[in-house]
Amino acid sequence: MHDSSSTIARLMAETLTGNLSRRQVFRRAAALGVSAPLVSMLMRAGAAAAQESGAANTIPAPDQLADLGLPDLSGKEISIILGADGPVAPWEEAAVQTFSDVTGCKVTRIAGPESATERLAQYQQLLAAQSSDVDVMTIDVIWPGILASHAVDLTDAMKANKSTYFERIVQNNTVNGILVGIPWYTDAGILYYRTDLLEKYGIENPPATWDDLETAAQTIIDGERAENPDFQGFVWQGGAYEGLTCNALEWQVSNGGGVIVEEDLTVSVNNPQAIASFERARGWVGGISPEGVTTYKEEDARGVWQAGNAAFMRNWPYAYSLGQDPDSVIANKFDVTLVPKGDGDGAQHADCLGGWQMMVSKYSKAPEAATELARFMCSAPIQKAFAIDQSRLPTIPDLYDDADILEANPFFGRLKDVFLGGAVARPSTVTADLYNEVSTAYFTAVNEILTGQAEAAPRVEQLAKEIEGIVAEL
Amino acid sequence: MSEVGIEVAPLPASTKRGSAWAAPAGAIGRSRERLGWLLILPSLVVVVIVALFPLFETFRLSLTNTRLASAREPRFVGFANYEALLAATSPFWGALRNTLEFTIASVALETILGMIVALVIHSNFKGRGMVRAAILVPWAIPTVVSASMWQWMYHDVFGVINDLLVNRLHILDQKVAWLANPATALPAIIAVDVWKTTPFMALLLLAGLQVIPGDVYEASTVDGANKWQQFWQITLPLIRPALLVALIFRTLDAFRVFDVIYVMKGEASETISLAVLARRELIGNAKLGAGSAISVLIFLCIAALVVLYTRMVRVEEL
Repeated sequence: MHDSSSTIARLMAETLTGNLSRRQVFRRAAALGVSAPLVSMLMRAGAAAAQESGAANTIPAPDQLADLGLPDLSGKEISIILGADGPVAPWEEAAVQTFSDVTGCKVTRIAGPESATERLAQYQQLLAAQSSDVDVMTIDVIWPGILASHAVDLTDAMKANKSTYFERIVQNNTVNGILVGIPWYTDAGILYYRTDLLEKYGIENPPATWDDLETAAQTIIDGERAENPDFQGFVWQGGAYEGLTCNALEWQVSNGGGVIVEEDLTVSVNNPQAIASFERARGWVGGISPEGVTTYKEEDARGVWQAGNAAFMRNWPYAYSLGQDPDSVIANKFDVTLVPKGDGDGAQHADCLGGWQMMVSKYSKAPEAATELARFMCSAPIQKAFAIDQSRLPTIPDLYDDADILEANPFFGRLKDVFLGGAVARPSTVTADLYNEVSTAYFTAVNEILTGQAEAAPRVEQLAKEIEGIVAEL
Repeated sequence: MSEVGIEVAPLPASTKRGSAWAAPAGAIGRSRERLGWLLILPSLVVVVIVALFPLFETFRLSLTNTRLASAREPRFVGFANYEALLAATSPFWGALRNTLEFTIASVALETILGMIVALVIHSNFKGRGMVRAAILVPWAIPTVVSASMWQWMYHDVFGVINDLLVNRLHILDQKVAWLANPATALPAIIAVDVWKTTPFMALLLLAGLQVIPGDVYEASTVDGANKWQQFWQITLPLIRPALLVALIFRTLDAFRVFDVIYVMKGEASETISLAVLARRELIGNAKLGAGSAISVLIFLCIAALVVLYTRMVRVEEL
């Protein structure tokens, strides 16, 4: 009798730690003569334990979230579109569950499409049909202008969180005095550089200007190509898509060339500094950058970089944790800094702003509950857990001084300055629902310049006319 | 009052008598006519719903400035969308040129290569069944998959094609960015389409070859014709109908090319096709009006091609 019960206890322990498959549990339980209800209980507990360990998170327990002042929402039902099904999904599920536990509101998590373009098309169809199927949606930093007419104003909800959010993002998300989305997490273009190679070639500091970067990249190429003919100096995103708008905007702003369309809707892109910055980038193609860079997207650039075949890369912060993976050949051999600046008047560091916001649809049948969920997801405690567990950049400046976050992501500390100073928003708020057209005209023109199909000056002049024609509709 | 059913009997009255075309007169005629209409009604409804309605709706949208999910009130703008599209600096002309280049080059190559392949797999040899099955593999792979696959093969730094040409065969001195270089991008994409679609062409032509009776060849051999003469004097004239059908299929398909270009080059100017441009306006920019105008122009081009080809077929038949 004693023997049997200790075996059952061991079986329970092993099931709970998730070490056994369902089939193994079933077979061993049957051999021990355990009753059917007990077996099914064991299985359920095992499944729950396995799920919990898969979604390891630091989301605070419901009783620690009293500060947020969430109301009782029992009986309400809402749904939220979050990220695509992938490694982050269990974390999001856990966060949404915590909200349900605190408020009693039933929340359905819907997985959105992975591609941002597809996602926007889906939102536009849902909103055009005034559908109440979705209450809260996560929106890209360039969409507030496009979706503003379908959004609930979240100004008061954001204030209720008593945290200061990055001013620049809040500004970006405010359309005609309405806060379209509360900043959830952010992103910025950053420069990755190989510390080992800089040291090897006696380059003391990471490049602060484009001139520095060109010199350093050429020096490293000259040395490395002898052994590795595929070695590249600098990789970035030059394909004809939204990513090129981000890259090219960084070049022209860093060179004092304006932000394409200014706050007062003047089209400023046709200016000597902007043209010079495009010509400079044209010079990289086939030089310090591979000729194929004019087709690269984020993952193409990261492919070259993470194989150890590039000295510098412009990319988003997501590439950091991937590069530090123990299997990566460049782990512990690289660091990040601000995107370099140009020379001449108004030169400054410019890092293109990315990131996602929480928007509440005005066709929601439970707008109060939806607003509370949006506020909860963007609150400091949840953002902190998101930063620690999933390396997402918080939108609350104070969190960049948080010891726990910095321990998990040492490079976050340096990015605070990016968001406080250098982050540049694409002109999406001012061009509202016409932004995509402006961006398409812009990246098409820049891509033609980069591939040598067009000369910079006349093409930019034509581009300015195109964009003027587009914004004339506003 | 004549009771001739005009719709079903379009012949002049003078030829009516004794003609099998004439409809029976009187009440029976009317009821048969009604039955006729009743029987084709389902197909008519289907045609109206799936073909005519979308066509007219697209045309109607193309005369407005409608936007998807926009707060702006759609307005009738006449032919303004068409004027903008046909302006000198419009991307339409570049897209039209790319589409025509793609269509002409890919269809011509596919026809020639398809013919060669068809002749080879038509002849009798050991393992012919295997070869016929194997040759269909490229056609069986979904275009999105094969386009991504070729994109990696064309890659300028770690692509297998550069590796082959530079490191193994030493044909080129340095690696070429096949898809990034504006001069090679469209030919590279055409090559992928040729690789994928030649088997389809070969299959259609093989069907044509198989209906040519063998005794024609035997007779010509007796008359002393060589293989070359047999091809030009017998094979080609006899498979002309099959060839024309295959050409129609491929041309119309190639003119609407979307996936292979969209996957490999996105919206880059040097390779954008009319269909990719239409998607860009319709979905990307949410401009239902301008996008519909492009769709209407694609429709008109394809209609013109169909008329041209059917004329050719009719000339063949006479």
